[in-house]
Amino acid sequence: MARKKGRQGKKEKIRAKKIDPTKPKPEVKHELNISAIEEGTVIDHIPTDATFKVADILNLDKHNGVVSIATNLHSKRIGSKGIVKVAGKSLTHDEVNKIAIVAPDATVNIIKNFNVKEKIKVKTPDILENVIRCSNPVCITNSEQVNTKFYVV
Amino acid sequence: MDFKNRDIISINDFSKEELLYVLRVVKQLEQKPKGNILRGKVLAALFFEPSTRTRLSFTSSMEQLGGEVIGFANAESSSTQKGESLWDTIKMTDRYADIIVIRHPLEGSARLSAEAASIPVINAGDGSNQHPTQTLLDMYTIQKTKGKLDNLHVGFVGDLKYGRTVHSLAIALSNFNPTFYFIAPDALQMPENYLDELYQKKIKYYKTTDLNRFSKELDVLYVTRIQKERFPDALEYEKFKDVYRIDEKFLQNVKKELRIMHPLPRVSEIDKSVDSTPHAAYFEQAANGIPVRKALLALALGRIK
Repeated sequence: MARKKGRQGKKEKIRAKKIDPTKPKPEVKHELNISAIEEGTVIDHIPTDATFKVADILNLDKHNGVVSIATNLHSKRIGSKGIVKVAGKSLTHDEVNKIAIVAPDATVNIIKNFNVKEKIKVKTPDILENVIRCSNPVCITNSEQVNTKFYVV
Repeated sequence: MDFKNRDIISINDFSKEELLYVLRVVKQLEQKPKGNILRGKVLAALFFEPSTRTRLSFTSSMEQLGGEVIGFANAESSSTQKGESLWDTIKMTDRYADIIVIRHPLEGSARLSAEAASIPVINAGDGSNQHPTQTLLDMYTIQKTKGKLDNLHVGFVGDLKYGRTVHSLAIALSNFNPTFYFIAPDALQMPENYLDELYQKKIKYYKTTDLNRFSKELDVLYVTRIQKERFPDALEYEKFKDVYRIDEKFLQNVKKELRIMHPLPRVSEIDKSVDSTPHAAYFEQAANGIPVRKALLALALGRIK
């Protein structure tokens, strides 16, 4: 057993706390905590399986600020949802619209001083540039380093 | 209508009025040939895939109009072999020529080239996607041999799945209230996306595997080769290669005015005995490549308005 010297130099025995197996375990509260951001963007109501795709489309792996991603959260509106919080970056309308293909009903809030400064509704753009990979194996975009461009019909 | 500096990438980029305008220019050019209107102009013919008719007719058209031609006839003789990207090849060619004609095995390659180039780009076939100059010469042939484009009953037979000429021609003719008959084995039938487009445009069409079923209805029969190079599997190709054959027996049951077209090259789908009948329009069709390509070169280079 580990021993250490007490305040007066006496050796003090540290005992492990005895647990009485007959008593119920003390309740431990676990809380998922994504803290509020001071400045940045909160993307809410993402279908849960599209959450990482949203982060991918917005290239958040290259973002220097804090990025919080939560999935499988309960949502009254869509059942199971994801949230992405990006600190220190206000997304533009064009950037927001890029996620329309995977999260058409997402809500996007631009945050300034912990308050919602602007709400942006996701709108499907006329052209999706470099968002989707072409599934045609003989498409030029799969053999050259070029952006894909899809016209929304 | 100004076509100067315009890229010709897909037949879908043309309105009905533009199609008719180009066909009018072709007719004028055929009736009253103009010499040397492209003198001092250089055409870069970039053929990454083999071609006989398209390459030769573009070359001949350019030279007949006084222009010059540079380029290559296969990818092996270009820097693509060294790993050069298409983008870079086009960026470089852009400085050497006044207009580019490109054939490439990958779909979308012509559109990409048009984005890379500041000079006009003409698509001479990008994989099984588009071949707009062929479509224009097909339309010109129909107009010339039938005297009209409207309200025709047009059959397509052969490889309708991979045949880009079929796709483009069907879409272009859909501006002229046709009735279509798609004759092919199920595995090579017209792709659904094109059928959807025709349905939305309220075009009447029939699908069948039987060549003789609608033979009496047809004004034009567009025959295509079963293209070996588009099949991922050699066995699949063997299964379909001789499935339809246009011969004298078939011609016993057709309208007198039926015109048979084929983008060529043919293998065995049209018997040689058909060549000498008044139904055969495919050699005339190939010949029409010259006035059509002359017109397109002159329009894109701004020498005809």
